[in-house]
Amino acid sequence: MFHSSKALIRNPRIALAAGIGIAVVLQLCGGLIDPYTTQVILFAAINVILAVSLNLVMGETGQFSLCHAAFMAVGAYTSALLTGKALPALLPHLSWTGSSWVAQLTFLPVLLVGGFVAAITGFVVGGPSLRLRGDYLAMVTLGFGEIIRVLLQNTNFVGGARGMEGILPATNLFWAVGFAVLTVYTMIALVRSTYGRGFQAVRDDEIAAAAMGINTTRVKVTAFVIGAFFAGVAGGLYAHAVEFISPEGFNFLRSFEIIVMVILGGLGRPVGVAIAAMLITLLNEWLRDLSQYRMVVYALIIILFMILRPAESLGPLLARLLPGRKPAAP
Amino acid sequence: MTSPGTPLLEARNCSLRFGGIAALTDVSLRIDAGELVGLIGPNGAGKTSLFNILTGVYRPTEGEILLEGCPVTGLAPHRINRLGMARTFQNIRLFGSLDVRMNVRTSFIARLRGGLLEVVRRGKTFRSEEHEIQEEGRRLLAYFGLEEAATLPSRSLPYGDQRRLEIVRALATRPRLLLLDEPAAGMNPTEKEELKRLIARIREEFGTAILLVEHDMKVVMGICERLVVLDRGAMLATGTPGEVRANPKVIAAYLGEQHGEQES
Repeated sequence: MFHSSKALIRNPRIALAAGIGIAVVLQLCGGLIDPYTTQVILFAAINVILAVSLNLVMGETGQFSLCHAAFMAVGAYTSALLTGKALPALLPHLSWTGSSWVAQLTFLPVLLVGGFVAAITGFVVGGPSLRLRGDYLAMVTLGFGEIIRVLLQNTNFVGGARGMEGILPATNLFWAVGFAVLTVYTMIALVRSTYGRGFQAVRDDEIAAAAMGINTTRVKVTAFVIGAFFAGVAGGLYAHAVEFISPEGFNFLRSFEIIVMVILGGLGRPVGVAIAAMLITLLNEWLRDLSQYRMVVYALIIILFMILRPAESLGPLLARLLPGRKPAAP
Repeated sequence: MTSPGTPLLEARNCSLRFGGIAALTDVSLRIDAGELVGLIGPNGAGKTSLFNILTGVYRPTEGEILLEGCPVTGLAPHRINRLGMARTFQNIRLFGSLDVRMNVRTSFIARLRGGLLEVVRRGKTFRSEEHEIQEEGRRLLAYFGLEEAATLPSRSLPYGDQRRLEIVRALATRPRLLLLDEPAAGMNPTEKEELKRLIARIREEFGTAILLVEHDMKVVMGICERLVVLDRGAMLATGTPGEVRANPKVIAAYLGEQHGEQES
């Protein structure tokens, strides 16, 4: 992992461009991929964004957060309101279908706004609660996640418990895979810098970090806000992929699912976490045929994963294949 | 710059109480630029408590702390560090998951100019900053003989080197006053000799003033110009090592009161 970090520091644009190239190619070949596979890829990409962004908070900075799904909800609802109500009202004479050029052109700002609103929410929650540690922080974030869910459930404007339907199907392979690549890149680039070592310093020893001049509260809030931003973007992508969102879809079980991905992938290993997110997405699909036994098998496989940790060892292996690695490095 | 006469650090009548327990009572301390002061006292005398109020871990219940004449009482630890005071810890507190050079690099975070976006973009400011930090970190590690270990996990270092790395990490924040909390604890005699040389070199090279908490009298008496003795949270004595050694109050605090002297 250390060697690929050098590659990323020297020519980060290569890694990023390669990833976005893959997204473009996927989108162009979209016709060759059947709709089911397409949707699985979309879900995998969204889960990668969620897990890798939570990894910044949990894995790198060591803060246990149970409300990642709530940030996702904020992003999902914000962007769905924008594409469903605000934008068509502003530009009524244009054609608003998922693949229409107006929808595709406005989708990037829509996702970013969703991310920003989630980030602001993250700041509001994180500011006071990140002074707490460990179990206390977990409780506050759990409570906050429930507050968001209940608020949504009781707001008729966004459909209450029924949720919102008929959301513009604007999410495609390009946006989902593109943002997944961007998220993984951002997280790796962020952590592998002097600035980013601050996250890990806070995780390892908060008292020592403060004594070395690191504003630990600020570092924690920064991690939280960045994590919330990407969760918000993932929420936007999710809403515009499934075309239907309801408060129940963002409850704490969803947060737990993301936490499982982070732990499976290895805390503080973004590449491993991304692989774990993809594996769990696939696992969810494979187990569909088992109907009522699904959750039993799911739980068993998760336990097996925890013991064997395949993603954790796959991560460094894959990282070695990244471009720019010096072949003779020891 | 400091005008002559203003001490580098001044603690005025500081007290620290936890409920009914007085950890420190009316302690005053003065350290001048470039000085090497030893802080001694029996176990539980309040040495680490004094460190903790000086570095902002605790806020003193009473009293005032001035760094170069500016009040720093009750400021957050990271602010105090940025004002020029760095410390090490009695039980080593390195960043265990980071390697040796990264441990040193964390000390530069407070001085970074480029923002988050600059880091993600890998922009020009970022690259030049990273380069500077890398170079300065390498220089520091080389100066203290740790360059061979640069890429090792900090946990895997021998004990003496871990202590040394903690000092290097503190020095990397460019302090004018360095507080060392029992740096010789758990060291063998060879390591202690090395430590004494290291402290002398820090003063020569960096001109840093040092406040040293230490149990080992050999180390303290050998290198300090001035000693401050604490006992049960209060100042007991201060003076040159010779004066302190001859002070009956100090002897009593360390060895216990001598009874039965009035026999004759």
